[in-house]
Amino acid sequence: MSACPDKELLLHALADGELDAGNVLALEAHVATCAGCAAELAAIREVKAQLKVAPLAYAAPQSLLDRLDEALTAAEMPEAPARRRGLRAETWVLSGTGAAIAASLALLAFIPTGASLELQLADAQARSLEATHLVDVETSDRHTVKPWFNGKIDFAPPVVDLAAQGYPLVGGRLDRIDGKRVAALVFHRQAHVINLFIWPGDAPAAPLMQQKNGYNLVRWGQGGLVFWAVSDCDPEALTGFQKDFAAATKS
Amino acid sequence: MSGRLLPFRRSQARAPSGPTSFSSAPRDVPRRAEPAGAAAPFPRPSEAPRFRELIAPHIDAAYSLARYLARDAAAAEDIAQEALLKAFRNIDALRGDEVKPWLMAIVRNAYFDWRRRDNGRTVTGPAAEVAIAETVAEDTSAEDDLIRQGDIAALRRAIETIPEPFREALVLRDLEELSYRDVAEATGVPMGTVMSRLARARRMLGERMGVLEATA
Repeated sequence: MSACPDKELLLHALADGELDAGNVLALEAHVATCAGCAAELAAIREVKAQLKVAPLAYAAPQSLLDRLDEALTAAEMPEAPARRRGLRAETWVLSGTGAAIAASLALLAFIPTGASLELQLADAQARSLEATHLVDVETSDRHTVKPWFNGKIDFAPPVVDLAAQGYPLVGGRLDRIDGKRVAALVFHRQAHVINLFIWPGDAPAAPLMQQKNGYNLVRWGQGGLVFWAVSDCDPEALTGFQKDFAAATKS
Repeated sequence: MSGRLLPFRRSQARAPSGPTSFSSAPRDVPRRAEPAGAAAPFPRPSEAPRFRELIAPHIDAAYSLARYLARDAAAAEDIAQEALLKAFRNIDALRGDEVKPWLMAIVRNAYFDWRRRDNGRTVTGPAAEVAIAETVAEDTSAEDDLIRQGDIAALRRAIETIPEPFREALVLRDLEELSYRDVAEATGVPMGTVMSRLARARRMLGERMGVLEATA
């Protein structure tokens, strides 16, 4: 124990660098004239030094890291799309134009349900550009994409790859529009992404072109299904996509 | 699935701890209550990267604190895992500059939960904690020899014999290098209490090292 009990905690704080400048000066002046406090301070420093000689903190065992990694990986797997709403600032590594598009979309507000269908589709398109949400099943093989929807939705969306026409199939995912589970096919058009939303319903076969939030949307009906193609590519390219997709899936 | 991040590797460096002082760490952030983990929903997938960025550097610290509190490797792993997953679920509540004390508080609570659950003891209040810890300390008093410098195992055992609230203050301050203020936040006691616990812990350890006089 220090010769001056009232100084003991201060001596620890001094050794820990936790004193402000004024108290440091005052205490150092005292220590210079008090042998008891000088010895106490030296002893405190010695204890601290010995705790630093060897690493005494434990390192987490690999088994803990593995268990954590498992839990996190499970959380990172795709979940019901309804849970992903609005746009969020992400730490995902985005690539190329995807990043630019996503950045420019970050200003879009969260779209509540009850908003117009077109707005919801534009929002779904925007959400899909969050890098990891673009596709749940990633493949250009329509034979992989089509069965993936089995059991997830109660209808069978037609899946074709239009790479030959300049619209390669990237993959598919589930999305939610108007509270309904819908299929979304993802195609590329050069640097642009085309989301094709599909659900059961009636719509005129003749394509209807619209614009919303800077996106082009084209709607048509075919075989008891409603199709909405949404993209930021130019209207001609989207019209071309509509024609090619309708032609390729005509039974 | 793109966007999957690398698994945790053993090579992760421990988080560097900067200098600590009252003056250099001005913070006006109010103390947060311990998050209610069990009731919270599982985090959105998009929060996993944030967890990896903010919490991953402190996984070792979380385990180490759990280990020094529980004094058992298997229990420490369970406690640390529970605490880290709880931190993951509640990461929304986290502000960047307070990661470590926030996480340490969660580990500490996970430890108390574990002790209540697994020891079947109903422990309330610091007095009871001291009583239990001092019982353990007596059990190990056979080891009276002074600790050789740099003897990791002996030093760790010596730390483990320090009664709990003092041991906790020492581990957080001298091993994890938290500031007094952060130790106070992590353990939920005033800073003056932290200082006296730390002084007492060092005195006990110093006696074992032969560098501080024994005192009553």
